[in-house]
Amino acid sequence: MTNMRTPWLIAVLVLLAAIVPVARFTDYHLFQLTMVVVYAIAILGLSLLTGFNGQISLGHGAFYAIGAYTTAILMTTWNMPYWLTLPVSAVVCACVGFVLGLPALRLGGLYLALTTFALAVAIPQILKYKAFEEWTGGVQGLVIDKPDAPFGLPLSPDQWLYLFTVAIAVVLYIVAWNIVRGRMGRAMMAIRDHAMAAEAMGINLPIVKTRAFALSAMYTGLAGSLGAIAVQFVAPDSFQVFVSIFLFVGLVVGGASSIGGTLIGAAFIEFIPNLADKVSKAAPSAVYGVILIAVMFLMPAGAGGFLHAMWRKLFRARSGQDGVPGPVEAVSYESDPGLTVPATALKPRSPETVSRND
Amino acid sequence: MLAGVIHQIMSGIATGGIYASVALALVMIYQATHHVNFAQGEMATFSTYIALTFINAGFPYWIAFTAAVVVSFAIGVAIERVLMRPLANAPILASVGVFVGLLLIVNSLSGWFFDYTIKQFPTPFPDRPMLGGYLSGHELGSTAVTLIVLLSVYLFFRHTRLGLAMRAAAFNATSSRLVGVRVGWMLALGWGLAAAIGAVAGCMVAPIVFLDPNMMSGILLYAFAGALLGGIDNPLGAVLGGFAVGIIENLGGAYLVGTELKLTLALAIIVMVLTIKPTGLMGRKVYSRV
Repeated sequence: MTNMRTPWLIAVLVLLAAIVPVARFTDYHLFQLTMVVVYAIAILGLSLLTGFNGQISLGHGAFYAIGAYTTAILMTTWNMPYWLTLPVSAVVCACVGFVLGLPALRLGGLYLALTTFALAVAIPQILKYKAFEEWTGGVQGLVIDKPDAPFGLPLSPDQWLYLFTVAIAVVLYIVAWNIVRGRMGRAMMAIRDHAMAAEAMGINLPIVKTRAFALSAMYTGLAGSLGAIAVQFVAPDSFQVFVSIFLFVGLVVGGASSIGGTLIGAAFIEFIPNLADKVSKAAPSAVYGVILIAVMFLMPAGAGGFLHAMWRKLFRARSGQDGVPGPVEAVSYESDPGLTVPATALKPRSPETVSRND
Repeated sequence: MLAGVIHQIMSGIATGGIYASVALALVMIYQATHHVNFAQGEMATFSTYIALTFINAGFPYWIAFTAAVVVSFAIGVAIERVLMRPLANAPILASVGVFVGLLLIVNSLSGWFFDYTIKQFPTPFPDRPMLGGYLSGHELGSTAVTLIVLLSVYLFFRHTRLGLAMRAAAFNATSSRLVGVRVGWMLALGWGLAAAIGAVAGCMVAPIVFLDPNMMSGILLYAFAGALLGGIDNPLGAVLGGFAVGIIENLGGAYLVGTELKLTLALAIIVMVLTIKPTGLMGRKVYSRV
């Protein structure tokens, strides 16, 4: 019953989240909210790779930068309208991600983290490089115009941009949700949990892993594009290694393999610096660091995983009276009941659930 | 031209020595725990600030230097005991998360305590050209210090009981425990030593690149490249790799890509080593049963 109602509930919540801020908030607060949505998309991209496929990336700021620069260059050099740059940016980032995914195939967890970390450190230098200066604007970067609302809608540019970003985000979240729950997502998670067993089951490891990389880069790159439009400015120094680290922090705080958690993570990395900045210039990263370690120790599944577990407990308590076991894993496969058996067999939670499956 | 090349190679060896020490610190932690310490560079920077604090308080250079090394050793042991111990068997994502958290904390503590302005750091060596003008006094001195550190680490692991126990603990924890090696403390000791070596590297590099909280981020990358080039499970390989990367960086910066893309060069080395020869030049291939 509850499952039937959930999509409607989410749709109503999304509509409220889109309309209420536009009607009530100042332009500055709307800009902040836009950035939350942008970061959420970026973290969702990282989550698809790191959380669902187990390939740890500390360099997603690079894809964010590539997306942002693609949009900025297209808008300044070729005068392309902002919305048309998004598909281009998606294709560019997916291609770059695919190519980078090839060496990543040979790198185990830690080495991949290390290599992507190196990529994140090196990216500002590459953006500053003299040979590209004609397009990238070198150290100065590029300034782009904020788009006005189309069709004469009575909205300020910030209001329009917020609605536009939310609309894109909704599409991207629905796509991600379906990918994760579909064949591709199951293959990704199988590789994450046991690569060799996944291969033995007939999953083509290189294809799934490089595709996951391309998909993830596409998401984060699109976020970069939207972020560039919102900030109206790109420069090498806005894409230092800390962008990558903050995305990673947002991912871990929200919960690495929790799609809803990406929103929590994004709100965290957008608002915590504003609060902590009042204490000291050094405080934001100190707070990030402390919370990152605390989450690792206390709440390894992140805020999203924690809330999901709470929700499940609540749900099970209710449905338990009817004798119906609740969804078993973070992602439940109602369409394919055969898959719930190994999940419960691995982690027996209540005697009742286990006996049903036996 | 030739004189220029020799000059580049010589100063490559000087900076390579610093990469070699950081690479050695990385390899020591990797060997013992199979973790790569992302915070190694920030910890070294913090140690350098400690040395500067002692110097500013009026202590002679070498006493401040020794104090910084000792304090760093203690900090390294403490970090292992408090943060790393509970995560010994945690998934990789958790340990990467803690290392990144550590990086953020140490970096911001450096900024918090010692502010973000770029500071000069004194050198104990005479400030005049040496070896026929190919090296500055500091470059020669820091190379010598690096070599002394590397040699004493080698002697420690080869010829002392404690060194043997540490190698045993890293090689096979279970068997070592059975013959009475206190494996937990050996790991903590490894962290302490790595932090101490990092402190030496920080003090040696600070007079060249000047001291600020982000001083080591580039150096850490070169050290990674060096460690991987030599083989991340081989201390000697890591040291040679560090020197090699120093030379490659200087020659490449002067004749190939220019100074603007030096970090990208390190990235290229890392990707090339990992894709072409993941074990590095001197590493062992590890087979595992399934």
